[in-house]
Amino acid sequence: MITGAGIVTALGLGWRANAAGFRSGRAAFRPVTLFDVSRQRSKIAAELDLPDTPPATQLPEKTARRMDRAARLLLFAADEAWGQAGWLPGDNLPQVIGTTSGGMSLGQDYLRQTIASPGARRRQPARVVHYQAQRPPLYLCDAFGFTGSVTVIANACASGANAIGHAFELVRDGLAERVFTGGYDALCQLTFAGFDSLQALSPTPCRPFEAQRDGLSLGEGAAMLALESLDHARSRGAEILGEIIGYGATTDIHHLTQPHPLGNAACAAMAAACASAGLKPAQVDYVNAHGTATPQNDATEAAAINRWAGARAATLPVSSTKASTGHLLGAAGAVEAVVCLMALREQWLPPQRNCATVDPACQFQIVREPTHAKLEVALSNSFGFGGANATLALRRWG
Amino acid sequence: MEVGMSGISVHGLGAVSPAGWGVPALRAALEGNIPLPTAPLVRPGLAEPLRVRPVPPPAVRPGFLAHPRLRRASPLAQHVVAAGLEALGDDAKLVQAGALRLGLIICTMAGSVAYSRRFYEEVLRDPATASPLIFPETVFNAAGSHLAAFLGSTEINYSIVGDDGTFLQGLALAAQWLAQDRVDGCVVVGAEELDLIVADALRLFHRAAIHSAGAGALYLKSGNRNSQLGTELSCITDSFLFTAKQNRTLAARKMRDQLAPRDEHGALCLSTQNIGQRDAAELAAWANWPGPRLAPKTVLGEAFAAAAAWQCVAACDAVQSAKFSAVNVSVVGANQQAVGARFVKSETVALP
Repeated sequence: MITGAGIVTALGLGWRANAAGFRSGRAAFRPVTLFDVSRQRSKIAAELDLPDTPPATQLPEKTARRMDRAARLLLFAADEAWGQAGWLPGDNLPQVIGTTSGGMSLGQDYLRQTIASPGARRRQPARVVHYQAQRPPLYLCDAFGFTGSVTVIANACASGANAIGHAFELVRDGLAERVFTGGYDALCQLTFAGFDSLQALSPTPCRPFEAQRDGLSLGEGAAMLALESLDHARSRGAEILGEIIGYGATTDIHHLTQPHPLGNAACAAMAAACASAGLKPAQVDYVNAHGTATPQNDATEAAAINRWAGARAATLPVSSTKASTGHLLGAAGAVEAVVCLMALREQWLPPQRNCATVDPACQFQIVREPTHAKLEVALSNSFGFGGANATLALRRWG
Repeated sequence: MEVGMSGISVHGLGAVSPAGWGVPALRAALEGNIPLPTAPLVRPGLAEPLRVRPVPPPAVRPGFLAHPRLRRASPLAQHVVAAGLEALGDDAKLVQAGALRLGLIICTMAGSVAYSRRFYEEVLRDPATASPLIFPETVFNAAGSHLAAFLGSTEINYSIVGDDGTFLQGLALAAQWLAQDRVDGCVVVGAEELDLIVADALRLFHRAAIHSAGAGALYLKSGNRNSQLGTELSCITDSFLFTAKQNRTLAARKMRDQLAPRDEHGALCLSTQNIGQRDAAELAAWANWPGPRLAPKTVLGEAFAAAAAWQCVAACDAVQSAKFSAVNVSVVGANQQAVGARFVKSETVALP
């Protein structure tokens, strides 16, 4: 059961701002200001306005102020989810968190100083500690007063979905009564330059599943979910927002950065998620696609969805919300799971409005306009470098 | 969330370390119990080189390096594949034939930091010309992806990141997948690679610490597929985090209390490395341990997740060779957690 959700993207901070943005299909791209992109092909991203003041938690103010951008993104999302769940501090609360680069901007600072002033130690020890991916979730323990294991899954762009999927399995299998889970990633120069070097970035806002798409746009953000067993939620009278009901994870071994053209592993991930949830494609009302807007990803994913959905494809609503927030890498799966939760709870389909001509490979219905809909079940796809493929199945509650 | 294991058996071991490629080299170095020699690592801008323990070149170039996915792979990926394949042994053929569902869990703290540094140095020179060949290898799960590709395995494959104790978390995760019958076997690899950035960073905290590199691997199966080694993973403790309310000393003590409250037979394999400040919490936790002690890091150096994996490999090797009937592995990590595991002699050993 999901009893708390928190989300931070370039559309805004919190459920309300993001639900309004995703529901209308607003795109949140702008020129990058965090680092120099003058020598890059793309100069835009879904960069967010992060408040100067972090949320009030048990973290000392000095500590909270010193947190890097990635950690603060996670803290904002966690604060919303924690508050909504109404959880109390305690022991034995595992965290499962997805990220691709942790606090990489601090790692960059470390290397720059190492090169420029090899003997200078000032601020270097703090950068070493705080750039590491496990540091932000450790902050959450101090911020909300709990302990438990911290598992950081770094499966590239599927990290957030893998994290939520693993958390779901811990609760389902009775290994934990509650789990705090999600994903985070902040924009940083290394990653931006990396995708640019691969010529994977579009110079214009990305257009998933558009016939003339020419690459992805990066973004940043975080999302957190409070998951707990039904018994635990009921015993404390918690409001249930929705359910995770299935999870599938597979590996595409075709190439380090390119998916198999037929989308075998992607199709298998969707099938596995549905099998674990006891679902047939006809019972799925919406698919939040990975939809990066690279020519290869979207063609492969279209093939996979067509094959998995079969006859259902013709009427199946599909969209990629990366058209609004860009690709959030390790946060993508978590943010998109929250988008599905919003859609299920408020009964709408998130559109992608900049898709003038749909790629004919799509045998399904791309959602291009804001739409009310009756939704019971949604799937969320996340596919990453290294062939990490994950699909989550979510269901409306009540 | 202590995971009490039910018949999780260790089917194979693998290691790449400063002692060489393979478990026999690791075993010989640990039996010698003499710190391996260090080598200089030039750090631009510093007068004195850093002292490190690199992985020596293999005596024979491993055949897997000819695989298209591994020709440009990072040292980290090479360590992962070598240790993983050694642990799998002949079962690699079953995986390649599609006859065995294999889960993969790769645990690391620094990841492919050498390629990340190289790529970012190129970005700082001119981002427009940074190499697209290097960037994908910097991603944490590249090494696990290469191992999966070499084996042709499309099953679940996680890369998990954290301090030394992450390797033990990986073992617990493998046990969970086996209990779910999600996979038939699971290889867990802890791996790190050598780089001046890590060596330099380590020096900021402990000047006497020696950065090393390599990998260790355990191949686990459920008990109904009996152990070739005669070794079982009998338990893994909770992960006791280092937080504002729980310092290293308290976390280490809780781990020890959970791992070996009464049962003090067998041996103890520590993560200490003869560095007073670094070792204090762990030594205090085990101060009254009466049995024999091993400390692989004192011989091999500090390699975070790889070092925790070497501890487990050494523990299993000692149980397998009947040196001890049980070995408790204690890991008090760099900056995240204290976690322990126990390996014991199997009651039943399968015939080949």
